[in-house]
Amino acid sequence: MDALDLARWQFAITTVYHFLFVPVSIGLSAIVAGYQTQWLRTRDERWLRLSMFFGKLFLINFAIGVVTGIVQEFQFGMNWSDYSRFVGDVFGAPLAVEGLLAFFLESTFLGLWIFGRGRLSDRLHTACIWAVHVGTLFSAYFILAANSFMQHPVGYTYNPTTGRAEMTDFAAVMFNKVQLVTFPHVLLSAYLTAAGLVLGVALWHLVRTRAGSDLGLPEAVRDHAMYRAAVRSAAVMVIVAGIGVAISGDFQGKVMTEVQPMKMASAEALYDTESDAAFSVLTIGNLDGKEEVFSIKIPRLLSFLATGSPSGEVQGINQLREEYRTTYGNDPGATYYSPGDYTPMIPVTYWTFRIMIGLGMLGVALGAWVLWATRGGRTPSGRWVLPVAVALPLLPLFANSFGWIFTEIGRQPWAVFGLMTTAQAVSPTVGAWEVLISMITLTAVYGVLAVVELRLLMTAIRNGAAPLPAASDTDGDAGADADRPLAFAY
Amino acid sequence: MELTTVWFGLITVLWIGYFCLEGFDFGVGMLLPVLAKDDTERRVMINTIGPVWDGNEVWLLVAGGATFAAFPEWYATLFSGFYLPLLLILVALIVRNLAFEYRGKRDDATWRRRWDAAIIGGSFLPSLLWGVAFANILRGVPIGADKEYAGGFFNLLNPYALVGGLTTLLLFLTHGAVFLALKTEGPIRHEARSLGARLGVPTAVVAVVFLVWTQILTGTLASAVAFALAAVLLLAGLASLLAGREGRAFAGTFAAIAVAVAGLFLALFPDVMPTTLADGVSLTTTNAAATAYTLKVMTIVAVIFTPVVLAYQAWTYWVFRRRIGVHHIPVAPAAVEGPAAPAARG
Ligand code: HDD
Ligand code: HEM
Ligand code: HEM
Repeated sequence: MDALDLARWQFAITTVYHFLFVPVSIGLSAIVAGYQTQWLRTRDERWLRLSMFFGKLFLINFAIGVVTGIVQEFQFGMNWSDYSRFVGDVFGAPLAVEGLLAFFLESTFLGLWIFGRGRLSDRLHTACIWAVHVGTLFSAYFILAANSFMQHPVGYTYNPTTGRAEMTDFAAVMFNKVQLVTFPHVLLSAYLTAAGLVLGVALWHLVRTRAGSDLGLPEAVRDHAMYRAAVRSAAVMVIVAGIGVAISGDFQGKVMTEVQPMKMASAEALYDTESDAAFSVLTIGNLDGKEEVFSIKIPRLLSFLATGSPSGEVQGINQLREEYRTTYGNDPGATYYSPGDYTPMIPVTYWTFRIMIGLGMLGVALGAWVLWATRGGRTPSGRWVLPVAVALPLLPLFANSFGWIFTEIGRQPWAVFGLMTTAQAVSPTVGAWEVLISMITLTAVYGVLAVVELRLLMTAIRNGAAPLPAASDTDGDAGADADRPLAFAY
Repeated sequence: MELTTVWFGLITVLWIGYFCLEGFDFGVGMLLPVLAKDDTERRVMINTIGPVWDGNEVWLLVAGGATFAAFPEWYATLFSGFYLPLLLILVALIVRNLAFEYRGKRDDATWRRRWDAAIIGGSFLPSLLWGVAFANILRGVPIGADKEYAGGFFNLLNPYALVGGLTTLLLFLTHGAVFLALKTEGPIRHEARSLGARLGVPTAVVAVVFLVWTQILTGTLASAVAFALAAVLLLAGLASLLAGREGRAFAGTFAAIAVAVAGLFLALFPDVMPTTLADGVSLTTTNAAATAYTLKVMTIVAVIFTPVVLAYQAWTYWVFRRRIGVHHIPVAPAAVEGPAAPAARG
């Protein structure tokens, strides 16, 4: 493997890893803030306990989100220096603004939230966790704006003297039409993922704490009604977010067909232009389009997804290739990457697109089932409750990963669509062995972290929501007693 | 003033913020095995920086992001050129940051010992390597006519750079000790104070060597003034420490670091990364810069939001202004795992 392959593998590994924690951080900060606000309004201590319990999970997750994010920030310069030179004028701005607006907000108010319990007033303390959530929203917005520029460059001109893309319109970059559909999709997916986590965890505790089950748990931990409140609220969130994800995904499909028709064609492995195109749910056969062994198709759905009309015309790979050749000249990636000229790896795009939708929607269906099964005070039982509880967080989480793999691989061979290929983007002076060292080091560190984090999470989940401490540490009469132990300490 | 100069100044400010703030929390991390006798004392030390270290680190991220946006060529050459040292810094920051968050999450001595090692090593390496990196930038590195780094890893290890590394290391140690003297009470406070005073002497000596060397290499009148002022501030800070005025002492080391960093950037200007090759190209504030339009947009954003950020960061320091002593540490950490009753405490 040369430096390019290794740099790509490193980028893929580290980014997908980063994005395992990102959606949970975004969504869970909102849910924790919501529970804490609910407590503030009702003074029902169950909400406070829930917010502290899920707050603990949030913190374990957030820490890894932060450290893996730092790697992302450095990586553009380290492995993709020619990319950084070429688009820095456009791409750097959202990244810098993200740091200034989002990362300072997140980290500062998170510190205040963690250590401010008992020192800030309850209202102010609750406002801090909301501020953290707003920080994650800013963060997502700006980084996605940067990514949207790679999918669909706007607001720039190419300057032949400097040989780079130069920004001419910041607003156009910020309100790129790809960005306007991507942000809601990613955000709602994050809410779906975090709600799935809360639902899975709470469901498990709900079943464990139902009357008659004796697990030797201390009485104070066994608050069945509290977990019911969590289950019901999280199930509703799963469903609402899930519907939102599907709707926003539909909008995205249309924009994608417009700006990157090849991506839609390869998502469907659609070789020849068709009207009334059917959506293939599953095709077994060879995906180079030569023969089809078995397939399930929904008539006209693809046309509808891509164009909004059931009889709309969807362009096929073969036609698009010719079109791209006229527009961009001979395939810039042909020597290195795409065997099919201007086409990404079709099996990858085809399957990741389906897996994204499939896993995510299955998660939503399970959420709907839980809502139904817990109606009117019922508690589900049976052997499949545990598998459902485990699947609920994982399905949307992996749907996220597959969504990104689809989006990013589907853009290939371009790094910046129509402007720069991935092969041109890599750092020319960094040797393959250097990238190899870095890839192995980071992958090994990430592997260890995954084990540590999972263990901590599992234990925290198993312990459940702790009872509130007896002392009035949470009253928030700041500084009343300077010698009292801290309500929280590392 | 040219916008490129403004951005050179803003990036200087970001690095000043980073070194002055993360400097003391690196110092606290490195002093963990020196000043704390037992776990409770280690927790006292860690909790002095608990609420703020993450915010401190963001100064680095924003410095990186601002360099990317304002001087893309600088970002590209620097980050791809200093590849392996940056990787080391990344790994150090990863384990260190997680250590703060995770060390108390299990009630188990081995677990805590490992994370303590991560805090110590993860604070030590960047403290050293940032100095090495900056010294190399000042001294110049081989950069070809294509603006790409043309050296190797071992180009970065030269005597001047090592003195630079030693300087940041010692400065952060002293800064951390002074910070601890300011933020703790009881025995740690006194030990931190006397350690700070003892560290002060070698720190001042090494720092003066480095600054004089820098001045000879690339200095200007402005940098000479800054370096002299930094030395005076450092000595004033140490004198205050000896006099038991911890607040002033901290202000002294803080200001000394700030002014010294400002001096380094003044010595660098108008280059941002000079080359050592005769036929190479030095990156400067003009030939590495983004377009005027991008700089203008960024300036507007920075002017509006920097004061807001400064205000709420200052507010956090105000909220957590109290000294911490062993009696503030709750009996058991907020463990999620361990022999203690499961999750008995919040
Ligand atoms: C849709 C959202 C999203 C996406 C696509 C990315 N991130 Fe991220 N990032 C976040 C959303 C986020 C977050 C929710 O704001 C995080 C996750 C957990 C956290 O601590 O903040 C974060 C953390 C985080 C941090 C640490 C911030 C801190 O210290 O507080 C950095 C430096 C980055 N990210 C940088 C990146 C880069 C350069 C990316 C592009 C490859 C990237 N992130 C993709
Ligand atoms: C956070 C979720 C993301 C995931 C999971 C992800 C995943 C990936 C993957 C799998 C690749 C490799 C493609 C290939 O090798 O064929 C890639 C490439 C790339 N992505 Fe992303 N990406 C994400 C977000 C972003 C964002 C937000 C940006 C920009 C701000 C970005 C910029 C890039 C760049 C520069 C490459 C170039 C390397 C290459 O094409 O191989 N990605 N990404
Ligand atoms: C009916 C359901 C869905 C549809 C129609 C849909 C559609 C899409 C489309 C068209 C894209 C590619 C956008 C582009 O490259 O321009 C995409 C990307 C993505 N999807 Fe979905 N999706 C659905 C469900 C889900 C679910 C359930 C999740 C996760 C919980 C998810 C997460 C993502 C992510 C993270 C990306 C990559 C980022 C982006 O480009 O937005 N999607 N989706």
